[in-house]
This record gives sequence, C-alpha cells and structure tokens, in this order.
Amino acid sequence: MKVDKLMSLIDISAREISLLVSSGQVSATEIVQAHLDEISRHDGDVGAFLLVSGESALEQAKRVDAKRANGEIMGVLAGVPVALKDNMALRDIVTTCGSRILEGWKPPYTATAVQRLIAADAILIGKTNLDEFAMGSSTENSAYFPTKNPIDMTKVPGGSSGGSAASVAAHFSTLAIGSDTGGSIRQPAGLCGVVGVKPTYGMVSRYGLVAFASSLDQIGPIARDVDDAALALQVLVGHDKRDSTSIPDASFSANFLDNVAGLRIGVIQEMTSGISPAVDKTLKDAMIHLTKLGAIVDVVSVPSTQFGLSAYYLIAPAEASSNLSRFDGVRYGLRVTGSDINETYEQTRAKGFGPEVKRRIMLGTYALSAGYYDALYGKAQRVRTLILEDFAKAYSSFDALISPTSPTVAFGLGEKSDPLSMYLADVCTIPSNLAGHPAMSVPFGTDDAGLPIGIQVLAPARGESLMFGVARALQSGASAQTQPVWRR
Amino acid sequence: MSTQEISEEATRHIAHLARLALTDDEVKIFSVQLSAVLKHGADIDSINVDDVAPTMHAISLKNVMREDIVEASLERDDVLISAPQVQDGMFVVPRILGES
Repeated sequence: MKVDKLMSLIDISAREISLLVSSGQVSATEIVQAHLDEISRHDGDVGAFLLVSGESALEQAKRVDAKRANGEIMGVLAGVPVALKDNMALRDIVTTCGSRILEGWKPPYTATAVQRLIAADAILIGKTNLDEFAMGSSTENSAYFPTKNPIDMTKVPGGSSGGSAASVAAHFSTLAIGSDTGGSIRQPAGLCGVVGVKPTYGMVSRYGLVAFASSLDQIGPIARDVDDAALALQVLVGHDKRDSTSIPDASFSANFLDNVAGLRIGVIQEMTSGISPAVDKTLKDAMIHLTKLGAIVDVVSVPSTQFGLSAYYLIAPAEASSNLSRFDGVRYGLRVTGSDINETYEQTRAKGFGPEVKRRIMLGTYALSAGYYDALYGKAQRVRTLILEDFAKAYSSFDALISPTSPTVAFGLGEKSDPLSMYLADVCTIPSNLAGHPAMSVPFGTDDAGLPIGIQVLAPARGESLMFGVARALQSGASAQTQPVWRR
Repeated sequence: MSTQEISEEATRHIAHLARLALTDDEVKIFSVQLSAVLKHGADIDSINVDDVAPTMHAISLKNVMREDIVEASLERDDVLISAPQVQDGMFVVPRILGES
C-alpha cells in the first residue's frame, strides 16, 4: 500500500494505519503528529477536546514504533489515534466528565476498555468534550465550552459524546470512544455523519467509566466507516471480572457477512412519525437500497417503544441520583466547606454541578422518594419489561430493525433552550438502552443543506454481527462522506 | 400520579433530599421544568402494567462469586492525592457529631 503522506495520514482508515505501521511503511509517530497538527489547526474552532495529551501520545507512538523495530507482534490498532470521551479513566490524565465538580481529578487507575485499546497498540491522543456527566444531547451542557459540529459550525454535534463524534468527523482522530446511556454515541454520530455503535449491554466493561445510569450505560466506538467501528469494537469487547454485569463469554469478531439477501428487516413504525421530511426521505431511500440488495423490508409496529422516553426519564435519573451521590466533596474533586457536613455537601454540589445534572438528580430523587417509588420508578421498570416483550415479538418476524437515528438533522447551537425539547432528540435511540440491545448509527445521505442523516440499525441482544452486516450493506448505498467545513 | 405539579415547596424538599443548595431563582425554574418533564411522562399512566414484572436489568444477572484471595489494590497515596483535604493518610471531613 502506498500513501501520499502529506495528503492522507489523517484520512486513511484504522485498518490502513494498522497495516502501514505494522509493516513499517509509516511510523506511529508520523501518524500521531499529523493528527496533532490537524487538532492544533482546527480544534480551537471546533472544541472537540477538553484535553489534548500530545506529549503522552507521542511517547506512546514511540513505544509502538520501538515494538515494531524489535520485531514484536503488533496489535490490531497499531498506531491508530483514538480520542476518549472524558468520562473514562486513564491513569494520571485529568478526567472531568465535563463537570466542575471533578475539575483537575487524575484517576489512580485506567478503565478496562481503555486498557484494551492500549494493549492493541492504539494511541490515546486526548479527552473529548461531553455534556456534563453524559447528560444531554448537544454537548452544550459541558461546564467548559460547547463543541461545534465540524460539518456546520453553527450547529451542535449532538451529545452527549459530541466531542468524540466531532473529533472523528473532523479527522482529529481515526477513532473515538463514547458512552451511550440513551443514545449518546449514536445520536452525535448521526448528526456528525460518522458511524457510532452501542453494543449489547455487558459486552464492554464499564469499569472505569464514570457511572451515569448503570443499568443502561455502555461504552462503544465511533469511526468514519463500518469496518473501522467493527475493528474497534472487537478490541473493546471482552469479559472483565471488575464489572459484575460483564457477559462471561463476551466476544466480537470484525469478520462478519454483509449479505442481506433474504434478510427480514423491519422499519419501526413508531419511529417514523414526527420526523423531519429530509429524515423521512432518507429512511425511505435506505429501505429502497436494502430491498435492492435482496432484503425483505417491511414496516413493523413495536408499540411500547413510544413510551421509552417517559420510562427512561424516570429510570435514568433515578440511577443517576444514586450514582452521583458520591460527589460529596470528600474523596475527590471540588469541596466548598460549609458550617457542618450537610452544608458542605449542599454547597459543594450546588457549585460543582450544572443545571442539567441538578435537574436529573432531583427528578431521580423524586422518582425514588417515599410515596412515589411505585407509581414512578416502579411503573417505569414495568414499562421497560413491555418494551423488551415488544422487541421480542418484532424479532420473531424480523432479523433486524431500522429507524432514523434522530428525528432531525443537527440543530442550531442554543436552539433548544428547554430541557424537554432536548430530551425528545433521543426518542429513537432510548428503547435499545432500555432493552439492553445493540444498535448503531450509519451515515446515509444528507439534507439539502448538506447536514448528515444517520440510519439506526437495531438487533436483538448479542446480534452485533448481523447488525454490522446490515450496516455495511447500508453503507454501500450511502452518498460520499461529509467533510468538515474547512476542507470543502 | 406523575401528572402532578412539583410545587416550589416540593422542589425545596427534593433538593434537600438530594443535598443540593438551590437559590430562590433555581427553585422557581426547576419547579416549572420538573413539572413539565413529569407531565410529558404521564403518557405511561394510561398503560396497564398490573400483571407485568419490573425489569431492573435487561440482561439476566447472576451474583458474581470469587475465591477469597488477597489481591493488590490501589496504593493509598495514589487515592488520597485527589482528595480536597487529607491528614495522616485519611480524608478530612467537617465534624459530623455535635460539639457537646
């Protein structure tokens, strides 16, 4: 393989980088430097990164290059620059969760998923911006600054993994890692025109991921194409004894079939209403494309998914209110000293948390409080059962399901000012988290203004291979990759 | 149930339970916003779930057991280095018992 180094080190795939670095045609150092240069040129405008760890990245690259020089066996992500959402721990590198309450915190340990990337010889180049504690759909809830969508800098990149999606879309990193509790990988991937994957719950260890809603959170990859996403997922997936919800025989291979001929693919009826005309047209184009490839495409009703949003906004805040009680000004992060311990808690949390985090903690506290627990949290958990049952019914007649990833294209910065309208951005992605099922977003065209539109592919639990097959089939019919605004 | 308004008084009570100090302005805003979210969520009121079991976790979980073997853990100093206030290898917290 020959590459024009100046032109394309930031454009080539993770598979290509790994091959070039492993065979010594290009050094990991050159790859990393090219990405760091692009970051320094454009991230001042985009704001994808909370921290660029350039020095550390170059040291890692040097180690990878030395490994090759010594003739050692190279990892499958050799020299591939990866950006990490800043809610995952990397030892001695500041981890903020986009919050003032953790400003300056250096974790004394590394997340298992991150450790797996290091073991595969990937290069960690920085920590990306996010909605505070992953609560939001636009990355505007970051306590530091909002991230802009590289495709149109007047728009949001989506969220909460907006920095990660923007980094990949801007070619600041070949891959990025996000976390998805209600759509936080898939929605920003959709809005930035890249691929984003939420695996089956339990496939990727959550050890070292700062918990938001533990029964819903899952780490996954963001990439510029389906096969890069698959390669990254292969590295991330695996059992971890440090996560009690880790699937004992978790595994995933990036070798999957994309023959969709004869496959029964259902379009979720409940997710076709209330979507913009451009998204509707793109969904229809996707149906036509899959049909042309021989799939049997039909509309299917998954009725209780329409209640997903309501159930989610009781369950996720309830879990969050419990998880975030650990931020009390005692063991790490900010402390505002009050006259007694309660005042210290109350003032620390008042100063350290932003408005969206406060809202969700309060919503969750309310849903769990005496007298409301059964009617709110308990009921939401029963609705969660209905969603699982309705998905099971749909999967008795269909192999995979599709929907839009998001009801609209990327919206304007500052456009959605009330919390509820922001919550509605996740209406198509939430049900998969409640069900624990895998789902991914694949870019499939744009609206007239050139803003990306993502199609979501859903599969039953542990149906990743099938899901990736449908995703690659979709990709074969997608228009050319959207480019960052400064490269057009 | 969830159709009810969250009054300003209720907002203050929840904030206290959650150990969040709120300004008067925040109480006003959160009261309105939390009510709006719960009102939207009231669509699940119409569903009958009397015979439906709750789902806590989407995958079936078994309790994880292991042999009781001593393993290395984090170094104390590595953990304490991030704490706001430390003394003699311990976290310092405000007094939690009365002066008397």
